[in-house]
Amino acid sequence: MPTPSLAALIPAGHAESTLQAAVPSRSFWRVVLRQLKHDPVAMTAALVLLLIVGAAVFAPWLAPADPYKANMLQRLLPIGSAGHWLGTDELGRDMLSRLMYGGRLSLLMGVVPVLAAFLIGTSIGLFAGYVGGRINMLIMRLLDVFYAFPSVLLAVAVAGALGPGMSNSLIALTLVFVPQVVRIAESVTTQVRRLDYIEAARMSGSSVFSIIRVHVLGNVLGPVFVYATGLLSVSMILGSGLSFLGLGVKPPEPEWGLMLNTLRSAIFREPLIAALPGAFIFFTSIAFNLLADGVRSAMDVRR
Amino acid sequence: MSTHTFPKSQSPDRGGPAQPLLLVRDLKKYFPVRSSLFERGKKFVHAVDGISFSIAKGKTLGIVGESGCGKSTTARLIAKLMAPDSGSMIFDGEGVGEFGGLELKAFRRSLQMVFQDSFASLNPRLTILETIAYGPQAHGLSRVKANLRARQLLSRVGLEPDQFGSRYPHELSGGQRQRINIARALAFEPRLVILDEAVAALDKSVQAQVLNLLQELKAEHQLTYLFISHDLQVVHYICDEVMVMYLGQVVEIGPVEQVYAAAAHPYTKALLSAVPSMDPAHRTEHPPLVGDPPNPINPPAGCRFRERCPHAEAVCSVRSPILASYKSASPLENHLVACHMNDNSSGHSAAVAENAA
Repeated sequence: MPTPSLAALIPAGHAESTLQAAVPSRSFWRVVLRQLKHDPVAMTAALVLLLIVGAAVFAPWLAPADPYKANMLQRLLPIGSAGHWLGTDELGRDMLSRLMYGGRLSLLMGVVPVLAAFLIGTSIGLFAGYVGGRINMLIMRLLDVFYAFPSVLLAVAVAGALGPGMSNSLIALTLVFVPQVVRIAESVTTQVRRLDYIEAARMSGSSVFSIIRVHVLGNVLGPVFVYATGLLSVSMILGSGLSFLGLGVKPPEPEWGLMLNTLRSAIFREPLIAALPGAFIFFTSIAFNLLADGVRSAMDVRR
Repeated sequence: MSTHTFPKSQSPDRGGPAQPLLLVRDLKKYFPVRSSLFERGKKFVHAVDGISFSIAKGKTLGIVGESGCGKSTTARLIAKLMAPDSGSMIFDGEGVGEFGGLELKAFRRSLQMVFQDSFASLNPRLTILETIAYGPQAHGLSRVKANLRARQLLSRVGLEPDQFGSRYPHELSGGQRQRINIARALAFEPRLVILDEAVAALDKSVQAQVLNLLQELKAEHQLTYLFISHDLQVVHYICDEVMVMYLGQVVEIGPVEQVYAAAAHPYTKALLSAVPSMDPAHRTEHPPLVGDPPNPINPPAGCRFRERCPHAEAVCSVRSPILASYKSASPLENHLVACHMNDNSSGHSAAVAENAA
């Protein structure tokens, strides 16, 4: 018998359950969260994001006025006017309410394409990287075609081809981000696949699926996740850009990029009002970026 | 038998004690060299070029040679981490991966490997316990039982499970990580363990500890080792037999004491004389060997060592020597050498002279 001595090593009466409980959970993501809590910049960014997201999500309950209700007599009231803290827009609609409602679509433009690209891109990248060889080369060269275009141009071209509209611009943005995510996932997978612990896992005789799930995915997800959080702000800005160009959300829907467009005419009369949606885009994307930086350094566990 | 072993018992000692645990026959692996897109597959690196050997049960076979001679490729071929171009393997009387032979999954459990780089061979995202318990789970052990088994093995390799089980690889020292790698290999209840430069990256005192641990485990679990190293003293200490490789071929194989005492092949002699002397009065003043091994893409015809061999003659560039019993050794000893000087019919002057005398 190969291992008769192992049984003797368990202390008598040592129940399996107590042995299990003796090891505290030190899951990777829990460690990252603990690290993140000690990062003041990232926590401030998270707080700002929480406020903006909260205001957008709970807009129907929090907004002081109807964002669609125009009032021709109260057009372009300055910031600080009675009843309209952030003034009114070119049709006399309450800016605060429109900015809160606008956050819903703008944040959606930021999150949905990135999430979709993250799921699709990671799957393709993992597959290409793990399989390697000619299949990998074929996939990567096909995706390189997308790289030939600047991302703004590509988004405009796809959105233009699909026609204006919210869902079409989401699809366009997803298509812009998928090749980028694939490239990151593929390069990390290719690196990981060559390491000895993958060989050791292959020697265990477990299935390819299990090896990818346990040994590859965990090590690929980190860098891809960090990259994707950085894309959130890009996606929001691109989405706003599409709306600004009339390829995304249509008036009278409130959306930050679209508001920036319609307030253009007021830029000399009420420059502060005209700049407000831009300021929201700016601060939200900065907060996304700072949080992404925090996550990146928190995930660097080898310190 | 412990209750935490695998549900299906490990294949017993089927072939009996006389059957070698592993028989390797004419193993070959050429890597294509990519020079350009259009002339692909024309040049090959002859990484492993027709090697045959066997490992007896419970013994340790050492493989030595310069870097790039195909030691690690041999290990990976045996472990089925890459497919050989040709050649066969018989594991305890059963063909590996052949029809009617041993299934790959069962073979994988019987054979495990410990790698040189203790850090790269551990998944940085898994705790030590998870790493060791992964293998047994892949072979059908429940999570609880696999964890329990991992804890037993951790304490066996000298690491307190409560203290080390939940740590990550970067929180351990090199010696501790290599103990983890050994524990992971043992979790499969293997019969053959390939140690690919397993102690090369450790400093001397830790190396000695790990070597002693390996010796103890070998006795406890009736293991057989394939020990790949470039450290001739470590090989002398741990191995029963030694195989010397040069440029993808076996040049000499035999019991370690005999090879070290009376090396037959000029290359082995040069290797052994390169070991630093412990006596300052007997310093090695002249390099035993000059030059580099020839390019493995175009190995020289005939004997591959002839360009660096002090005894090279005309016959050496014409014919490759065949691995045959060393004439000077007693016929009972299993000492083989591939050199024309060992072959009376080769026409080499050294061989002829010996014949006449």
